[in-house]
Amino acid sequence: MQKCIVTILLILAGHSVNAQVKLLTLNELEQRAAKGKDTTYVVNFWATWCGPCVEELPYFERLNNENAKKPFKVILMSLDFKSKLKTDVIPFVAKHKIKSEVYVVNETDQQKFIDRVDKNWSGALPATLILNTDKKVRAFYEQAFTYSELLKAVETHK
Amino acid sequence: MKKLLLACLNILLATAVNAQIGYQVGDLASDFNLKNVDGKNVSLASYKNAKGYIVVFTCNTCPVSKAYETRVEALSKMYAVKGYPVVAINTNDPVASPGDTYEKMQERAKEKGFSFAYLLDPDHVYTKKYGAQRTPHVFVLQKTAKGNEVAYIGAIDNDQQEANAQRDNYVQNAVNQLLKGEKPALTSTKAIGCTIKWKKEVSK
Repeated sequence: MQKCIVTILLILAGHSVNAQVKLLTLNELEQRAAKGKDTTYVVNFWATWCGPCVEELPYFERLNNENAKKPFKVILMSLDFKSKLKTDVIPFVAKHKIKSEVYVVNETDQQKFIDRVDKNWSGALPATLILNTDKKVRAFYEQAFTYSELLKAVETHK
Repeated sequence: MKKLLLACLNILLATAVNAQIGYQVGDLASDFNLKNVDGKNVSLASYKNAKGYIVVFTCNTCPVSKAYETRVEALSKMYAVKGYPVVAINTNDPVASPGDTYEKMQERAKEKGFSFAYLLDPDHVYTKKYGAQRTPHVFVLQKTAKGNEVAYIGAIDNDQQEANAQRDNYVQNAVNQLLKGEKPALTSTKAIGCTIKWKKEVSK
């Protein structure tokens, strides 16, 4: 019996680690925001290989923690190659103990994907999209943030 | 007076913004004379029989650039003989990005057997002038009586991860159309890329 419980626990633990990062299409992201119980979503587009993205990740983590009790959610959308999910993204998330929701973008046509996120996006990383589902706000930023800049941007659209 | 000042300020700001953006399709691109991995300098004019050029702003270190290395080499093999040589320019400062030193560029070119020129751009002069915003970022130029006209700006194709056999080969399509004497149907595209590793300003 004890063995059985240990096995189940191990499976569950293994499952939760794997479940940390999934692939997500843009449609699924929009569904996630539309059906989620939060109203403000801060969606950061980043990659493990993008230096300025990695630098600003702690600000997004801090933002998510400080607003944990509010209808507020940070979603980290990685543009790492899908083939790097297990070798790069999951180890990165574990190493940096990232608590925010992390996904790897699951889109093949970047041209369409970039334009659908925002017409003005050149494709450079990092980039951030702030959504407010109540106020129907959709604000896009192609830049790296400091924590105070990020706070200011979020306050503007809350 | 205040209005005049504001107007002047606006003009100044507009020029500053334009300077930052770089070339648009239809602009005439400047020639350069930059050091290649073989130690010799290369300019656009040094390709005597060229009908145009595939200028690729890239680097050693960006995973997206690396994913495209064999495809850039394929473009070089395919189009150099047709009069559209590939000319690659490393955008990155070797101090800001230690994997992008001249020696590392030489190593990479040798290892991968690049048949195209791979040039240094000290102080990002031409990266800025052309307006490369990320790596890789391609500028297809057409040689005309007026000069080297920018015919296409953007991505190599719409399939970075080589997951789609039906991919749109943007650069190939643009060059094929130019070779037929047509204007490219699609003149600008976007793609995810790495930011350029700019030289750190020395604060005194």
